[in-house]
Amino acid sequence: MIINSRFFNRSELTGFIVLAAVLFVILPLSLDVFRLNLVAKYLTYAFVALGLVLCWGYGGILSLGQGVFFGLGGYCMAMFLKLEASSVENTKIQSTPGIPDFMDWNQITSLPLFWQPFHSLTFTILAIILVPGLFALIIGTAMFKRRVGGTYFAIITQAVAAILTILIVGQQGYTGGINGMTDLRTLKGWDIRPDHAKVILYFVEVVLLFACIGIAQFIRLTKLGRILVAMREQEDRVRFSGYSVANFKIFAFCMAAIFAAIGGAMFALNVGFMSPSFVGIVPSIEMVIYTAVGGRTSIFGAIWGAILVNFAKTSLSESFPQLWLFGLGALFIAVVLAFPNGLSGLWADYVQPRIDRLFASRKAKAGWTDNSVADGAPAE
Amino acid sequence: MGMAAVPAITMLPRVSFAQAPATSAVNTTGLAVTDTEVTVGILHSATGTMAISETGSIEAEKLAIEQINAAGGVLGRKIKFIQEDGASDWPTFAEKAKKLLVNDKVAAIMGCWTSASRKAVLPVVEQYNGMLYYPTFYEGLEQSKNVIYTGQEATQQILAGLNWIAKEKGAKTFFFIGSDYIWPRTSNKIARKHVENVLKGKVVGEEYYALGSTQFNSVINKIKLTKPDVIFTDVVGGSNVAFYKQLKAAGIDLAKQPLLTISVTEDEIDGIGGENIAGAYACMKYFQSLDNPNNKAFVPAFKKMWGEKTVIGDVTQAAYLGPWLWKLTVEKAGSFDVDKIAAASPGVEFKGAPEGYVRIHENHHLWSKTRVGRAKLDGQFELIYETADLVEPDPFPKGYQ
Repeated sequence: MIINSRFFNRSELTGFIVLAAVLFVILPLSLDVFRLNLVAKYLTYAFVALGLVLCWGYGGILSLGQGVFFGLGGYCMAMFLKLEASSVENTKIQSTPGIPDFMDWNQITSLPLFWQPFHSLTFTILAIILVPGLFALIIGTAMFKRRVGGTYFAIITQAVAAILTILIVGQQGYTGGINGMTDLRTLKGWDIRPDHAKVILYFVEVVLLFACIGIAQFIRLTKLGRILVAMREQEDRVRFSGYSVANFKIFAFCMAAIFAAIGGAMFALNVGFMSPSFVGIVPSIEMVIYTAVGGRTSIFGAIWGAILVNFAKTSLSESFPQLWLFGLGALFIAVVLAFPNGLSGLWADYVQPRIDRLFASRKAKAGWTDNSVADGAPAE
Repeated sequence: MGMAAVPAITMLPRVSFAQAPATSAVNTTGLAVTDTEVTVGILHSATGTMAISETGSIEAEKLAIEQINAAGGVLGRKIKFIQEDGASDWPTFAEKAKKLLVNDKVAAIMGCWTSASRKAVLPVVEQYNGMLYYPTFYEGLEQSKNVIYTGQEATQQILAGLNWIAKEKGAKTFFFIGSDYIWPRTSNKIARKHVENVLKGKVVGEEYYALGSTQFNSVINKIKLTKPDVIFTDVVGGSNVAFYKQLKAAGIDLAKQPLLTISVTEDEIDGIGGENIAGAYACMKYFQSLDNPNNKAFVPAFKKMWGEKTVIGDVTQAAYLGPWLWKLTVEKAGSFDVDKIAAASPGVEFKGAPEGYVRIHENHHLWSKTRVGRAKLDGQFELIYETADLVEPDPFPKGYQ
């Protein structure tokens, strides 16, 4: 495999290879389709975690409302799939055939105007990116231009998450309400429910995830990425140096929103389901927890955090249906108390030095020295 | 392949449990059935906001399974159950249902409570051809080969109650209050059509509150202004506590102001407090106080297993029916195969039901009686009225949609 050595330093390269091997080879070979589909579900949260690394880990902007963007992306996808599942022959039992079932239950007799464009897949894919992106742009502009940041920004994102949940639940005729959109069946006539479709969707998702990792890594390595880090450490200095702090923040926040939305759309496809329970305050906080557990300044750490926390959730709840929530809570407390830098901190403190030593000794034997082991952005 | 085996089994005389039919004959689709055991799933919320309601269902299902096992099991096999937690989260329900069907190959699932969780699980049981026994009274507009609805659908529950209160109290004007989701909305739609078209009455108000809402003062003021003959409510869950307390605080005396609820069972009164709701009428199919031999055996057995303090509501009783109906259907079909159970279900009757007697209809809902009870101070209901005959389930009611 040829990878630009400037693009990944060695520890990142190790992380990249390990993640790629696990997701592309080890998991598909060792898991049955049911478990693989669960991994696909966990990976949808990895997109959100990736966004949070950019926006929180590097930019220092804590957003407690990523569920909003996850939800917007998921709902856009679900609307397309729901329309396709609500063909006239599938819904002939309804008073008004041809519209989604929940509209029929709510005495709506024709498809609302804002649903119409979702007959088109192209529009839907654009909407998955643009709707959350624009929404983040509006929130970001309104907040950051007024220099609202830190805790206040976090609280406002929470409020947005609460508002969107209430809106979706309240407008159940248009959104499916608390039930969400269920029974999603086909994508352009291709059945997304059988096992082979789940496997294909899994690989599509992993490829998309690696594309997003590439984008995130690219942003990190450019001047932009370093301004983000500088902003996190000393916002005023960056501002006095003549940079528009607000614009950089808006950019990071929008990118995080778009990543979350892609995750949401993949969620709707993989799980065949979208509901307001992914939009609200609690799931939004959970998303931050995945990132914290994995390590918020590490792209690969955050992805592992999302996978492992969700895996723990599934396996604990299967083994201890009454007590699993306590176990999960204990796990979070333990992680935060014992390793505040998350899993990636553990890796950097304990595993990486050994690998380095191993390489160093081998290279010493080979007769040349290496002095660029230090972590961080490579020089330009 | 499976079809050839069926006549052979039905020709066998009723044998003792020791000579159970061969597993290969009664399980042709690879379900979790061994020579001595059959596995079923229990899928309810043991955690989260719905746990308070669903715990009763879990307890009832475990009691039924224990009783069936004590009586020799199903086709000579003991029932083993795998319990999964839906965690009051609808997608989790779907995931766990899939796990039970695909991974554990359970022969049936007893589970779900809210309509939302059922809607999430339904595509899964249909896709993987499972069998779901669903206990809650619900809004209807659904029917599936893969689901047996052991609770009442909306017309069964509502129409008889409205007829009764219109006749008994001469009620002409109704005020509807519900939680804002699909079940209250659909129930009220059916109730409205019945009030307007059949009873020739008038609905003077219809208001909805978000799930978990605790502020009912404005609607209580409207009730005071419009003075309806009957307040008809389908407020669910914790909101009930606030609603009845505020109603009482506002000076509305339920002894004088008739109130008919379709959502308050003994379980909810536990939280509301008998003194806050005494005098209200509830319309459903089961009350813990029912006086019949089945119920007199069921209530002590339930309390023995789960404690003296537990109360038994309508849904808990319906959940208890699930394992029994499944056992009876398996024995009728002579097989654990889901297709054969789905086909054999219509006509299966359970004479030991605590509510008296139930029978499965062609549409996979139950024939059952509708009853009206009046809430007493001690949190129990006093039976006031029951329909003379079993009410036919009609999930797609003509003229009510």
